Amino acid sequence: MNSETLNTLDSYSKNKYKYGFVTKIDEEKPKKGLNEDIIKFISLKKNEPEWMLEWRLKAFSKWKKMKEPKWANLNFPKIDYQDIYYYSAPKGFDKKPKDLSEVDPKLIDTYNKLGIPLEEQKVLAGVAVDVVFDSVSVATTYKGELEKLGIIFCSIGEAIQTHPDLIKKYLGSVIPAGDHSFSALNSAVFTDGSFVYIPEGVKCPMELSTYFRINAENTGQFERTLIIADKGSYVSYLEGCTAPKRDDNQLHAANVELIALEDAEIKYSTVQNWYPGDEEGKGGIYNFVTKRGLCAGKNSKISWTQVETGSAITWKYPSCILKGDNSIGEFYSVAITNNFQQADTGTKMTHIGKNTKSKIISKGISLGKSQNTYRGEVSFLRKADKARNYTQCDSLLVGNQCGAHTVPYIDSKNNTAVIEHEASTSKINEDQLYYCRQRGLSHEEAVSLIVNGFCKQVLQELPMEFAVEAQKLVSISLEGSVG
Amino acid sequence: MFLEIKNLSVKIENKNILKSLNLNINKGEVHAIMGPNGCGKSTLANVLAGKEDYEILNGKINFKDNDLFDLNIEERAQEGMFLAFQYPVEIPGVNITPFLHSAINSKRKRMNEEEIDNLSFAKLLKSKASDLGINIDMLKRSVNTGFSGGEKKRYEILQMSILNPDLAILDETDSGLDIDALKIVTDGVNKLKTKDNSFLIITHYQKLLDYIKPDYVHVMVNGSIVKSGGSEIAAEIEKDGFQKFQ
Repeated sequence: MNSETLNTLDSYSKNKYKYGFVTKIDEEKPKKGLNEDIIKFISLKKNEPEWMLEWRLKAFSKWKKMKEPKWANLNFPKIDYQDIYYYSAPKGFDKKPKDLSEVDPKLIDTYNKLGIPLEEQKVLAGVAVDVVFDSVSVATTYKGELEKLGIIFCSIGEAIQTHPDLIKKYLGSVIPAGDHSFSALNSAVFTDGSFVYIPEGVKCPMELSTYFRINAENTGQFERTLIIADKGSYVSYLEGCTAPKRDDNQLHAANVELIALEDAEIKYSTVQNWYPGDEEGKGGIYNFVTKRGLCAGKNSKISWTQVETGSAITWKYPSCILKGDNSIGEFYSVAITNNFQQADTGTKMTHIGKNTKSKIISKGISLGKSQNTYRGEVSFLRKADKARNYTQCDSLLVGNQCGAHTVPYIDSKNNTAVIEHEASTSKINEDQLYYCRQRGLSHEEAVSLIVNGFCKQVLQELPMEFAVEAQKLVSISLEGSVG
Repeated sequence: MFLEIKNLSVKIENKNILKSLNLNINKGEVHAIMGPNGCGKSTLANVLAGKEDYEILNGKINFKDNDLFDLNIEERAQEGMFLAFQYPVEIPGVNITPFLHSAINSKRKRMNEEEIDNLSFAKLLKSKASDLGINIDMLKRSVNTGFSGGEKKRYEILQMSILNPDLAILDETDSGLDIDALKIVTDGVNKLKTKDNSFLIITHYQKLLDYIKPDYVHVMVNGSIVKSGGSEIAAEIEKDGFQKFQ
C-alpha cells in the first residue's frame, strides 16, 4: 500500500457523522434498570390490555434464565442491563398526537434536519413514513390513503389497541420470545415500532417506511415491527435509523417479524446508519437485531436488503423460514465497517418446503481497524425436495489493519438439495485506483467509485428512491469530508 | 517547450530502469519510441503518468510549464495527460458513463470550465463511440469488465477521444490487436490529432507506424534513447531488429 492510499485512509477514519446532533426536549423517563415494575410501567404507558402485559412478563421470566448468545465474532464489555433506561418519551406523549399540529415543533424540526419531512406534501412522493423517536411513534403519514385499500400501517402500540386479533395471532409467531436472550429482552420491554397488514390481493401502491431515531442518553431502543402480507399481496418496506453522537454505548435490540401468506411478497430494505462511535472506538450503538421472515404460504417470497454502515457493534441475521412449497428467500447485504466498528452479520435460510429457493449476496467492506464477519446458515430439512441455495460472499479490505471473515454453515438432510457457494476476499486494487486517477478522478472519488461498484449487485435491489441515497451513504462512510 | 525530459534516471526495487534519459516533445508533434522488451518503455509511460512505485533518482520533467513532479496522478490527468494502458484493468460494477463523466468534469473544473451536464455528456459519448465503431451495448457494461483485448484497446481510445488530452501516451496499444482493430484504433488517433496536441507512441513493432505517421522515431535501449530520427529508423528496425543499437 503506497503512502497516498494510507493518507486517504487516514482521512476516511476521521469520518464525520452528520446525524450526530441531539434534540433538546423534555423527556419522560422512569428509573434505569430492568425489572417487573418497568415492564408494568411501559405497558401502562401504552395503555395495553392485560394479555399484552402477561405476554411481556412471560418473556421477562424467560430472559432472566437466559445467557447472551456467544457465537459472534464480537468483542465488547459486558452489557449492564440495570444501567439502561427502558423508556423515554417526549413529555406529554401519553397519547400519540392526532396530527402534526399536536407534535412539538422541535420534533418536526429534528426530522427535517434528518431529511425526513413529516408534512405529507413534502414527503418523498410515493413513500409513507412512520417515525419513531426513542420509545414512541411520532407520526405516520399517508394513513388515510392506505386505509382506503384496507392496508393497516400504524405503530405497533396502536395495533395492539385496534387490531388485537392480528397481534395475538402473529406477534412472536416467527420469533418466539424464548428464541434467544435478545428476543426475550425485546419481547419484555419493546416500546414502539411499526405494524403493517396488507389485505388479500392488494399490492401496496407506495413504499412503506419507518424511521427510527434514538435521541435520549443511556436509553435503549427496543422496537418491534410486524408485517403481515395476506394471500397474493405485495409490500415494499424500508427502515432507516440514526442516533446522536455520544461517548457511551447505547443498546438497540429490535425484533422484526415478517409473515408472507400464499403468493404474497414482502420486500424489506434497511439502511442502518446508527452512530458508529468515534475514531478511537468510543461510543456508538450496540445493534442486536433479530429479523426473521416466514414464507408461510405456497409461492410466497421474502427479500431482505440491508445496507449496514453504522453502529459500533452489529449483530444481525435477517433470516427466512421457507415453509411454503416453491417459496423464495433472498438476502442482499452491504456491510461497511470503519475505525473500531465490528459487524457480525449474515442470514439463515431454512428450507422446509419443496422447491424452495434462497439466494444470498453479501458484500463486506472493512476499513481502519474494523472487523467484518459474514455468518450464514443454510439448512435443508428432510422434506425440502429439490430446494436450492446460491450464496455469494465477497469481502473487500481497504488498508491492512482490518479483518474480514466468512463463516458459512450448510446443513442438508435432503440429498436432492442443490447448493452453490462462491466467496472471495480481495484488497482494494492499486491498479484500479491508478487507472481511475489517471483519468482525472481524485483518490477519494476513485475509492468511492470502486467500492460502490463492488456493492452494485446489492444496491440495485433497493427501491429506486433509496438507491441513490444508499450510494451516497456508502461514499460518506468512506469519505472524511462530508458532514 | 511542451514536454521536456531532462537526464531522467529512475529505479524500481533496486533496479535501475531509466538512465539519464532525454526527450523533448513540441506541440503538434507525434513521437514514437521503439525498443526491445524490458528496455524501460513502459516505465517511462508510467513515470510520466505519475505511478508511485518508482524512485526518481535524478532528472527533471517539465510539462506545460509545470514541474511534473509537483503534480499527483489526477492533477497530471486534469492538466491534459492521458495514458492509454497496455493492460487496462477491469473495474466491476462501475459503468463507463458516470466514470467518464466524472473524469471529464474533474478536468473541466481544474481548467475553470463549466461542467458538462448528463444529457450533453451522454450525447457526446454516443457520438464518439459510433465514430470508433463501438457498439452502444458496450457502453452499458462495467469498465473493461469481460472485454476482449481488442475491445479494451478500443475503449481506451474512446476515453482518449472524450477527454481530448494535450499529450496522449499510447503504451503498446497495438499489442494483441488484429489488423481490423489496429485500423480502428489508429483511425481514432489520426482523427484526434491537431496542431495543438502531441502523441507519444510506445511500440515494439513497426506495424503501428504504417498507420500513424510519426514526426520522430526514437530507439530506446537499456533505459536510454540511443538514436533519434525520422520514420526511416522504423524501417531500419523492421529490417535489422534492435541488435545493432545495443
